Amino acid sequence: MGLGAYIAVSAALFALGIVAILVRRNILYVLMGIEMILNAANINFVAFNRFNGGGLEGRMFAIFVIILAAAEAAVALAIVLNVFHLFNSVKPAEADLLRE
Amino acid sequence: MQSQILTWITFLPLLGMAVILFLPKTAMTAVKGVSVVATFIAMVLATKLYFVDFAHKSVAEIEASRGAGDILGAQFVQKVDWISSIGVQYYIGVDGLSVALVWLTTVLLFIGVIASFGMEKAGKAYYALLLLLQVGIGGVFVSLDLFLFYVFWEVMLLPMYFLIGIWGGPRREYAAIKFFLYTLAGSVLMLVAIVALRLDSGTFSIPQLTELAVSGKLTGASLPAAGKLLGMQFSTWVFWFLFIGFAIKVPVFPFHTWLPDAHVEAPTPISVILAGILLKLGGYGMLRACFPIAPDAFRDSAFILGVLGVISIVYGAFVALGQSDFKKMVAYSSVSHMGYVLLGMAAFTVWGMEGAVLQMFNHGTSSAALFLIVGVIYDRAHHRDLNGFGGLSQLMPRYWALTTLGFFAALGLPGLAGFISEAMTLIGAFQADDTRFQVLVLISTLGIVFTAAFLLYAMQRVFLGKKNPKYEGIEEISFREVFCQVPFLALCIVFGILPYLLLDWMHPSVQNLLNILKIQG
Amino acid sequence: MIADLGTQPMTPESHILAFDPGTDFKLLFLAFALPLVGYVIQIFFGKKLPRQGDWLLTSGLFVTASITVLMFAKSLWAAYHGEEFRHHSGDEAGLWFHWFYSSDTVANGVSNVSAAIYYDPLGAAMLMVVGVVSFCVHLFSIGYMHGTPRYHIFFANISLFTFAMLGLVLSDNLLFLFVFWEVMGLMSYLLIGHFSHDPSSGYFHKWATKACKKAFLTTRVGDTCLLVGMVIFFWKFETFRFTELWRLSIEEIARHQALHPGEYPLWMTVGGLFIFGGTIGKSAQFPLHIWLPDAMAGPTPVSAMIHAATMVAAGVFLLGRCYPMFTPDVLSVIAAVGTLTAIFAATIGTTANDIKAVLAWSTISQLGFMVAAVGLGGVVAGMFHMVTHAFFKACLFLSAGSVIHGCHHEQDMRNMGGVRKYMPVTFACMLASTIAIAGIPFFSGFYSKDLIILRAWENILGGKFSGASFFAAVGLPIAACLTAFYMFRMIFMTFTDKYRPGTVESPFAHHAHDDHGQDEHADHGHAAHGHDDHGHHAPAHAAVAHAGHGHDAHGHDAHGHGAKGHDAHAHAAKAHDDHGAHGGHDEHAKPHESPLPMLVALCILAFCGVFGGHFWLADPVHSLKFWEHAHTWFEESVSFQSLYGAEIGDKLAAAIAVDHHAEHSAHWVALPLSLTVASVGILIAWLIYGRGWERSQRIAGKITHSIHAIYEVVKGKYFVDEVLGTTIVVDMKRKEEPRYEPDISVIGLSVHFANLLSWIDRNVIDATVNLVGRSGAAVGKGSAAFDRTVVDGAVTGVGLLTQTFGSVARLFQSGRVQQYATFAVFGGLALAAWLILL
Repeated sequence: MGLGAYIAVSAALFALGIVAILVRRNILYVLMGIEMILNAANINFVAFNRFNGGGLEGRMFAIFVIILAAAEAAVALAIVLNVFHLFNSVKPAEADLLRE
Repeated sequence: MQSQILTWITFLPLLGMAVILFLPKTAMTAVKGVSVVATFIAMVLATKLYFVDFAHKSVAEIEASRGAGDILGAQFVQKVDWISSIGVQYYIGVDGLSVALVWLTTVLLFIGVIASFGMEKAGKAYYALLLLLQVGIGGVFVSLDLFLFYVFWEVMLLPMYFLIGIWGGPRREYAAIKFFLYTLAGSVLMLVAIVALRLDSGTFSIPQLTELAVSGKLTGASLPAAGKLLGMQFSTWVFWFLFIGFAIKVPVFPFHTWLPDAHVEAPTPISVILAGILLKLGGYGMLRACFPIAPDAFRDSAFILGVLGVISIVYGAFVALGQSDFKKMVAYSSVSHMGYVLLGMAAFTVWGMEGAVLQMFNHGTSSAALFLIVGVIYDRAHHRDLNGFGGLSQLMPRYWALTTLGFFAALGLPGLAGFISEAMTLIGAFQADDTRFQVLVLISTLGIVFTAAFLLYAMQRVFLGKKNPKYEGIEEISFREVFCQVPFLALCIVFGILPYLLLDWMHPSVQNLLNILKIQG
Repeated sequence: MIADLGTQPMTPESHILAFDPGTDFKLLFLAFALPLVGYVIQIFFGKKLPRQGDWLLTSGLFVTASITVLMFAKSLWAAYHGEEFRHHSGDEAGLWFHWFYSSDTVANGVSNVSAAIYYDPLGAAMLMVVGVVSFCVHLFSIGYMHGTPRYHIFFANISLFTFAMLGLVLSDNLLFLFVFWEVMGLMSYLLIGHFSHDPSSGYFHKWATKACKKAFLTTRVGDTCLLVGMVIFFWKFETFRFTELWRLSIEEIARHQALHPGEYPLWMTVGGLFIFGGTIGKSAQFPLHIWLPDAMAGPTPVSAMIHAATMVAAGVFLLGRCYPMFTPDVLSVIAAVGTLTAIFAATIGTTANDIKAVLAWSTISQLGFMVAAVGLGGVVAGMFHMVTHAFFKACLFLSAGSVIHGCHHEQDMRNMGGVRKYMPVTFACMLASTIAIAGIPFFSGFYSKDLIILRAWENILGGKFSGASFFAAVGLPIAACLTAFYMFRMIFMTFTDKYRPGTVESPFAHHAHDDHGQDEHADHGHAAHGHDDHGHHAPAHAAVAHAGHGHDAHGHDAHGHGAKGHDAHAHAAKAHDDHGAHGGHDEHAKPHESPLPMLVALCILAFCGVFGGHFWLADPVHSLKFWEHAHTWFEESVSFQSLYGAEIGDKLAAAIAVDHHAEHSAHWVALPLSLTVASVGILIAWLIYGRGWERSQRIAGKITHSIHAIYEVVKGKYFVDEVLGTTIVVDMKRKEEPRYEPDISVIGLSVHFANLLSWIDRNVIDATVNLVGRSGAAVGKGSAAFDRTVVDGAVTGVGLLTQTFGSVARLFQSGRVQQYATFAVFGGLALAAWLILL
C-alpha cells in the first residue's frame, strides 16, 4: 500500500468535510465538517512522515492539531450556544449579520 | 498684571463666556451674574487704565520715540509671536485714539448686559454671544497688528449676526443677513488690501507699515503688478479697499442702508451696542489702519471724503425727518452724526480730526441713550410709530425728562457733549487748507437745523399734546431702565462741561497722527 | 468828568464802590451760579420742599439781583470818576475756566478755548437788568402761578433761564456766549412749552405743544447762522475772545484798506452777516420774528422773561458785543432789517386784540429800534434802549399778567374795559410803563428812542450810510408814532370805560367754562387772536378766508353785541348767546387786584421803567435837562470808548463821526420829531379809543372798512407765517390732531424734500443694495444649477458607476457564512486550476 492510498483517503475525508460545511443546514454538522477537514490534514501529516524518513515531526504536528481541535471545539460550541441565543436558531444561513 | 492689562480687559469677557457655557441652561441668574461680573471687572480695569494708568505723553515725547519703531507712541504694548510662519504677532497696545474707545466699549457692554435683563427670550447663548462680541470689539481697538485686527474684526461680526438674527424683531433674518453680507463684503476688500500689504512689505505691524508708508517705501514695487494696476497706484488701491471696508461700518452714504434695518430689527441692548460702539470701529479703523498706511492717497481724496461726510450729515437728517418709526429715525440720526466724523477727518486739521474722534465718543454716549429711550417705549407699547402716541409727558414725566436730555444731547446743545465735537469738527473743517471745505461746512449746517427739527417733531408727537387714551395706564420708567440711561446722559453732561477729560487724552495722538500724515512721502 | 478826577476826595481804590478783582469776581460768579444751584436743588427736591421751593429760588435770585445792582453801582462810580471800567477775571485774578484742554495752551500751538468773566459797562448794565427783572419775575410768579400744576418745575426752569442769561452776559468770548445762548434756547423751549404738559390749561395746552417747537427751531436757524459766523471769524483770527476779536478786526480792516482804499474785507462782511443771523433769530427780527407772538403760549411771567431780560435782549446784546467786527455793509443790512421790523411789527400791533399779543408785537418793534440803532452806528443808543426797554416791557408784561389774573384769565382786551377801578396799582404801573415806551420826556424810553432817531438823522445830515439811514430816519419815527398809538389803544381798551366781560368770544378764559363752553369758543377765538383760521392755505387763499372772520372779530361790536340774526354774524352771535347762557356766571364777577408779591414786583419794575433812563447816566440830575445835547452827557458814562476800550473806541467813533454842524442840526430835527410823533400817536389813540367803547368800535369799524384790503394784510401779519409754513392751528373742536400735511411753504417744501429723500433711500439706494443682493442670490442659484448638472454631474457619474458595481456586488454579500465559504472554495479551486493548468 503506497502513499497514494493515504492521500486518497485524506482527500476524500477533506471533500466530505467541505461539503458538510457548505451544504449542511445545522451548525453542528458544519462543526463536524471542520473536524473532518482537520483529521484529513492529520492523515496527511502522519502519512508523509512515514514515507519520508521516519522522524517525529509529522506525528508531533498531528497530536498538536488534535489538541487544537479539542480547544477549537470548545470555543466553537460556545459560539454556537451564543448564536442560538441570538438568533434562536442553529442554522448558519439565518445568522447573516455579516451582511450589515 | 500691569503690563498685561489690555489682554485682561480684552479677554476677560471670554473667560466669562467660558464659565457661562459650563453653566446649565436653567441657571439664568448665574448666567446673568457671570456676565455682569465679567463686564463689570473689564469696565473697572478699563476705567483705571483710562484715568490712572494711561500716561499723557506730549507730542514731542511721542515723536522722540519714533526712531525706536514706535511711531504711534502706543502704551501697554504686548508683542508675542503668534503665527510666526507668516509673521503674525499678537501685538496690542493703546494710544490716545483708542484708549477712550476701549473704555467706552467696556461701559457700553456692561450697560448692554444690564439692559438685556428685560429681555425674557435672552438665554444662556445670548449672554455668551454678547461677551464674545465684547472680545471682538475690544480686540479691534487694541490691535496693532493688521492680521490680528482683521481676526478680531471677524470675531465681532459673527456674534452680531446671531444676536440680531435670533433675538431680533420680525424681519430679523433679512436684517441679520444684510448686516452680515454688507460687513463681510467690506472685510473681503480689507483682506485683499491686508494681504497685498503683507506681500509688499513683509509685515503686518501697523506701526511698521505706517513708518514705511510715510517714508514712501510702500509702493507695491515688489508685487507682480509692480505698483500699478489699471493705471492706479498701489497705495490708492490699498486706500480705497480699506476705506470702503471701513466706510460700510461707519456707515457712510451710500453704504448706510444696512443700518436702519439692523437697528430696527435688533433688540434694544444690541441696538445700543451697535450704534454706541460698532459704528466707531469704522471711523477708528480709518484713522488707525487706512489713512496712515496710504497717506498720499488720503490727501488726494480728502475732498471726496469730505463730500461723502456732508452728504451723510444732511441726507441723514432729512431722511430721519421723513421717518415715522421712532427707531428708524434714531438710526438715520446716527448716519447724520457719523457724517461729522468723516468730514472732520477729511479736513486734515487738528481740530477737525480731534473733533471727529471726539464725535465718535460722544455719539457713542448720546445714541446709546437714544436707543435705550426707544427701547423703553417699545417694551410698553410694542410699536414704535411716532404718530401712535401723544401726551406721554403727562403720564411718564420722569421718562420725558430723560428723553429731553437725550434729545438735546443728540441735537448738539452746548453744555452737552455733542456740541463740542460738532463745533470742533466744523471749525476744523473750515480751517482746512482746501477752501472748498468752507462750502461743505455751510452745507452741513443744514444738518444742524434739521436734526433739531426731526427730534423736536418727534418730541411733540410722542410726548406733548393730547394724551392717547390707549396708554392711560402706561407704566413709568423702571429703576433698571433709569439705571441704564443715567450713565450715558451723565457722560453727555460731564463731557459737555469738561471735554478736556477726553481731549487731553486724544490731542497728542491726533497731533502726532496729523504730523505723520503731513509728511510728504 | 475826566477833569473832575483830581478833585475827588477819595482815591478810587479805597472806595467801597471801587472794583476789587479779588472779591468782586467771586461775587459775580456767585450771582451767576446761584440760580444753577437753585435749579439743581429744585429739580431733585423741589416737590418735597415747603411751598414747592418757590421761596428758595426767589431768595436766591434776590441775592443775585443785589449783587448785580451793587456791581452796577461800581460801574457807574467808575464812570463818574472817568475811569475805564473793563475787568477780566482771567487777566486780573487768574480765574479761568479752561474748556477744551486742561491747560492754557497745548503743545504745538493749538490754542485752548478758555472762558473768564468779562465785566464792562455794557455787561454791568445788562447784568443788572437780568438780575432785577428775573427777581421780579420770580416774585410775581409766586402769586401768578400759585396752585398750578408743575409749579416747582416752573420755578426751576425760570431759574435756569436766568442762569443762562447771566452767563451770556458775563462771558468773555463768543463761544461761551453761544453756549449760554443755546441753553437759553432750551429753557425757552421748556418754558414756552410749560402748558404742553398740562391738559387742564385747555387752549394753551394745544397751543404750547406747537409753539415751543416753533420757537426753538426758528431760533435754531439763527443760532446756526451765528455758529457759522463764529467759525468764520475764528478761521481768520483763531480766537473767540471779544477783546481780541475787536482788536484784530480793526487791524484787519486797516490792513485791507491799506491795500484797497475804501474797501472792506469780503469775508468780514460775510461773517458779520452770519453773526447778525443769530440776532435775527433770537431777537425776533424779520423774517424770523414768527416765533415770538407764539411764545405767548407760555405763562405770562415767562413772556416777561423772554421779552425783557433774556432771549430777545441776548440778540441785541450780541450786536453790542460784536459791533467792531461789522463792516459798513453789514451795518447797512442791520439798519434796514431793524427798521423794517420796527415798522411792520408796529403796524401789526395796532390790529391785535389780545393784550399779550399787543405787547409781543410791540417788543418786536422795539427790538427793531435797537437793531436799527446798532446798524446806524448808534450802538450806545441801541444798548441804552435795550436796558430801558427791558424794565418797562417787563413791567408791561407783568401788569398784563396781573390784569389777566384779575380778569379771570381773560386776555382779549375787548372783554376788559374799566379795569382801572378794580386794579389801581396795576393800572398805575402799566400806565407809567406805557408812557415810558411811548416816548414822553422824563420817562426812560424817551431818552433812548430819541437817541436812536437822532443817530439816524445825524447820518442823513452828515452824509453817511445813505440808503439804510434814510429808510431808518423816515421809518423809525413812523414806528415810534405807531408805538404810541397802539400802546395807548391798549391802555384805553383795557382800563377805561366800563367792565364788559363776554363782549366777544375768546378761547382764553378756560377756567371759567365747562367743556361745552370751551368747544363753543374754538374758531372764533382765533380769528380774534389773529392766529389760525387761515391755517394751511396758500397766502392768497388765506386772505380770502380771513376777510370774513377778521371783519367779524373787529367790527362786531359796531353793530352792538346783542345783534341777533344778523347774517354775517349769525354764528358769532349764537356762540355769544350760548356763552352768556351757561358760561357767564363766573367770569362776570368783577376783576380783583392781584396779591401782594405780584404788586411788589410790578412796582419795582415800574420804578425802574420810569427812571431806567437815568440809571445809566453818570449824572442823573443833569440828564433831566433833556433839551441839552443828549449825546454829550450820555457819552460820558457810556460811549464807544467805555464799551470797547479807548483805542478801538476812538476808531469806531471816528468812523461814524459827522461834523459839528450836522450834529447840531440833527438834534434839532430829532427832538421835535420824536416829541411830535409820540404826541400824535397818543392823540389818535385817544380820539379813537379814549372816548368810550361804543364810539371806539364805530370809528374803528369805519376805518377798517375803508382800508379793508390793507387791514386784512396787516391783520394777517403780512402772511409771513403762511409763506414759511409755520402757522400754528389751534382748534379746540377737533378731537384728533390731524397729521401734518406739507404744503408749498418753506417748511412744507422741506418736509416734501425729506419725504422724497426717504422715498429715494428706500426705493433707490436700498433697492440697489437689495438688487445687488438679489443678483448675488441669482448668480448663486445659477451656479448652483451648473454645479448640480455639470460639476456635480461628473461626480455623480462616477458615483453612479460605483453604485452599479456596488449593487451587483451586494448580491454576493448575503452575510451567510456558508455562501462565503463556498465562494472561497470555488475561488481556491479556480486558483488551483489556474496554477495547475497554465
